[in-house]
Amino acid sequence: MRIFLVLVVMIAGLASTAFAVEPDEMLDDPVLEARARVISKDLRCVVCQNQDIDSSNAGVARDLRLLVRERLVAGDDNTEVVAFIQARYGDFVLLKPPFKPETYVLWIAPFVLAGTALIFGLLILSRSRRKSGKTLSTEEEAQVDLFLAEHRKRTAE
Amino acid sequence: MSRMIALVPLLIAVVVGAFFLWGLDPDRNPNAIPSVLISQPAPDFDLVQVEGLDVPGFSRADLTGNDGPVVVNVFASWCVPCRAEHSVLTGFVERDGIRLFGINYKDKPADAAAWLKELGNPYERIGSDFSGRAGIEWGISGVPETFIVGPDGTVLYRYVGPVVGDKAIKTFTKALVQAQALKEGQS
Repeated sequence: MRIFLVLVVMIAGLASTAFAVEPDEMLDDPVLEARARVISKDLRCVVCQNQDIDSSNAGVARDLRLLVRERLVAGDDNTEVVAFIQARYGDFVLLKPPFKPETYVLWIAPFVLAGTALIFGLLILSRSRRKSGKTLSTEEEAQVDLFLAEHRKRTAE
Repeated sequence: MSRMIALVPLLIAVVVGAFFLWGLDPDRNPNAIPSVLISQPAPDFDLVQVEGLDVPGFSRADLTGNDGPVVVNVFASWCVPCRAEHSVLTGFVERDGIRLFGINYKDKPADAAAWLKELGNPYERIGSDFSGRAGIEWGISGVPETFIVGPDGTVLYRYVGPVVGDKAIKTFTKALVQAQALKEGQS
């Protein structure tokens, strides 16, 4: 029984670490709150990088969560809220980088690399096929026959 | 054509190698976040004075029309590196005549006043940012952070973390010279 209780407490502890959003931050309007959660899952925490602000316990992340909710209450739509934060912290806060000239390499490079690999692969394949399709000249045939005959003679001995 | 193909692995090695070289550069900080503020006008904010201190608060308007660049330092009494940085900033003010404004970030006025009483106050103006909202406007990720703002209110430079140690001080001094807050060879 005691072990069971300990387990319950430990598992409860595990679950609680997954929620950084504290009750006092949440909005009363469930629709707005749901939108806030969606937005904050796409915003990167600037302290503990590579974590979204929705799951980060950092002070700045909390401030940003509150700011997101404040903007939503003020009537901003989702893109306006993101733009508001992006204006202050730059593209860096977006967990999904935008598609623009600075990030063309990032977005397009995988396709270019895959395409190049494909082209070279096909080129090399077709070339080896062409090589194997070549036939021997009559002189070469005669030479081969000579070698084979000699080999047969030797193995027969 | 086959000769060209033979060069491809070399080309790939050079490109990948250059990338590794860039990644292994000890002077590169992978955690650095590019600031959107550089070369932009300072953000809009209005901070009241810290209670118990005899220096005024400041707003964006106080950052324009100055006769030279101003250094804006974000600090807090609870921030340990700020304590180490304090003497460096004081040195810049007393020795080089740098103008220093402070944003007191998420700090209780009484704590800030006691902290400055103990260490001395190099700040010409200090605004109290108790909510941290001005911090967000400046795009800070923590304290301390230090900005250099030009006479026209344009943000010229941002330093993340404490200006402590030879390397940091050298970097920051270089930025001050570039901003023409310092003359070459001074300090």
